Amino acid sequence: MSTLLKPKPAMKVRGARAEGPSAWMVVPALVFFVTFAVVPLLGVLFLSFTNWNGLGAITWAGLDSWRTALTDSVTLNALIVTVKIMVYSLVVQVPISLLLGVFTAGNQRYRAVLAVLYFVPLLLSSAAVAIAFKALLDPNFGMGPGLGIPVLAQNWLGSADLVLFVVIFVIAWQFVPFHTLIYQGGVRQIPASFYEAAQIDGAGRVQQFFHITLPQLKYTIITSSTLMVLGSLAYFDLIFVLTAGGPGYATRLLPLHMYLTGFRANDMGAASALGVILVVIGLGLALLLQRLGGNSRSASQLEGA
Amino acid sequence: MKMRTTTSLISAASAITLALSLSACGSSGPQDPAADSASPTMWALTGSSEKIFRSSVEDWNKANADDKITQEFFANDAYKTKVRTAVGAGEGPTFIYGWGGGVLKSYVDAGHVSDLDEFLSENPEVKDRYIPSVLENGVIDGKTYALPNNNMQPIVLYYNKEVFEKIGAEPPKTWDDLMALVPKFNDAGIAPFSLAGQSKWPNLMWLEYLVDRVGGPEVFQAILDGEENAWSDPAVIEALTMIQDLVDAGGFVNGFSSIAADAGADSALLYTDKAAMMLHGGWVYQNLKNDAPEFVESGEVGFTTFPSVEGGEGDPANIVGNPANMWSLSSTASDKQKESALKYLKDGLFSEEYTQAMIDSGAVPAVNGIEDQLAASDDKDFVQFIYGLAQDAPSFQLSWDQALSPAQGDAMLANLDQIFIGEITPEEFAENMNATLGK
Repeated sequence: MSTLLKPKPAMKVRGARAEGPSAWMVVPALVFFVTFAVVPLLGVLFLSFTNWNGLGAITWAGLDSWRTALTDSVTLNALIVTVKIMVYSLVVQVPISLLLGVFTAGNQRYRAVLAVLYFVPLLLSSAAVAIAFKALLDPNFGMGPGLGIPVLAQNWLGSADLVLFVVIFVIAWQFVPFHTLIYQGGVRQIPASFYEAAQIDGAGRVQQFFHITLPQLKYTIITSSTLMVLGSLAYFDLIFVLTAGGPGYATRLLPLHMYLTGFRANDMGAASALGVILVVIGLGLALLLQRLGGNSRSASQLEGA
Repeated sequence: MKMRTTTSLISAASAITLALSLSACGSSGPQDPAADSASPTMWALTGSSEKIFRSSVEDWNKANADDKITQEFFANDAYKTKVRTAVGAGEGPTFIYGWGGGVLKSYVDAGHVSDLDEFLSENPEVKDRYIPSVLENGVIDGKTYALPNNNMQPIVLYYNKEVFEKIGAEPPKTWDDLMALVPKFNDAGIAPFSLAGQSKWPNLMWLEYLVDRVGGPEVFQAILDGEENAWSDPAVIEALTMIQDLVDAGGFVNGFSSIAADAGADSALLYTDKAAMMLHGGWVYQNLKNDAPEFVESGEVGFTTFPSVEGGEGDPANIVGNPANMWSLSSTASDKQKESALKYLKDGLFSEEYTQAMIDSGAVPAVNGIEDQLAASDDKDFVQFIYGLAQDAPSFQLSWDQALSPAQGDAMLANLDQIFIGEITPEEFAENMNATLGK
């Protein structure tokens, strides 16, 4: 059935393009994009082949900055930290936000109230969140001694073993609400008739979740995961304020490493090389995730609804 | 599929470049619309000297309507990044607030600050008012590019007299005394030392003093000069080993590497009797006066010099820290701005009221001939102690993170952090740091 239906929407798209608004309408967006994205990107690419300390003259360096950036053990470490944060964030955030999304999609009033409460962290700026957590995690004046629970007075930000999980937790605390919102929207789009049919067939709640909700949320999961993965390439403000990459280099992930190389160590050449690496990794991951979703589009979402 | 790929490619690219370009911007801050564009601008830091800078410029503007100065204040870390970007773009303020050292040198090398030699030879009284060892910090290659604008901030050992009395101990005079105090305080349930390790730079004070006490100021001079393998000097290795011994002995408060200096949590441990001692900058006294006035007024706060090290080559009278902050003048300022700015440096800076206000705040300005005023101060014990330290010190070494180039400073703080949490050995530290020499 799906194979029969497939050409139709494709034809429609083609038709719509021919009849649609003039291609000139893309110009404002294109100008904006070229000025603020492509041109700076080319500038960064150019800078990555130069020496510049931010003050003096820019001198040609050939591949020196790339050599510095790529052979530096701190860069490798930053890459590993970035991957760790990316993977752990996915593992922690996807299940929580999926379940919360499904839960808050229900129509009961208490769920609506809870949903509003869950969204509060999303309203706070990352810097404010980081400063608040920094104060809470202080082992002498923070929440441990404050609440009288000694277990909470750990060396949270000072132990290389603990700090990564603290960072993952704070990221999750801030961004789970956002992804919950996406899943909530996704769940609400699933036609009720699916569930009615399943109930008639005698499927229980758990079965309904795994056989209807989850497959129907496939694209939502891909969208939300793409945002999470690309987001972890851009986590900067929160970690910069919370740990500044420390202790040592334990939470110095790639974007932070780029910033510190550029604006602390004033090596704009190496920082630009790192920036280019970031862009390449980001594009690669975005493409990969899109492909993951795109290959089996025959498993379309609403057919037969 | 193809179209989809392209769109996702473009959207991903735009998202990332946007994120990248956002971190790079943030150029000019809020400008006072009423300010004349011809009037000199001044950027300074919030915090200890802010009040004095503010009232000084307010008074100046009232008295000198033709030479008005526009002032803006920034937080420390934000300022350091912002001012460099602005100066590099030729949009820096007329008065650039700085620390001397490596950053000032990079401004001089790029021609962004004016040399003040001509001004100083025309106005010898300006030069004469400063303590020479402090003024020296604004001199690069024999020319003066910056003038001190506030107080001397050597690093001293603060202690809590009450907890010392409680366990019947005396402040340490030698490193052995210090190590012997550690178990005594730990047994009494008091942390021997408070330290804001999360902020990284407070760790550095320990290394600066220990290297100086063990090997003398020449060891760091060799590092500053970029001599090969300078970080492998036995004095550096020994100092790092002593730090790790102190950490292992439980010398620092539990979880010290989670404590941040920005909110003053380290000083709070000292005045709440949770920690006995703290190695910190001279500015902490001013902060204590604000945060814990009863601790200061009751005379409970003690201060002394960093202990000597047996067999060490460094003079125990040597001090490290920030000799003073400084004003440099931007070379891109207009002639009118420069003229007004020089007038202020001559008559506004360290005017009688200025100096007095600084002493009243518990600080010691970097100027000569203030003995009488210091003796009359409410905080005379502290200000006379600091003044004496600075007068008698054979060497007053600038904080290393300011003296070194920013690239080396950044690597040094991260590696030292790893020394304190025991992730690397002193030898690994030396190896990592030797690789940054000359950068």
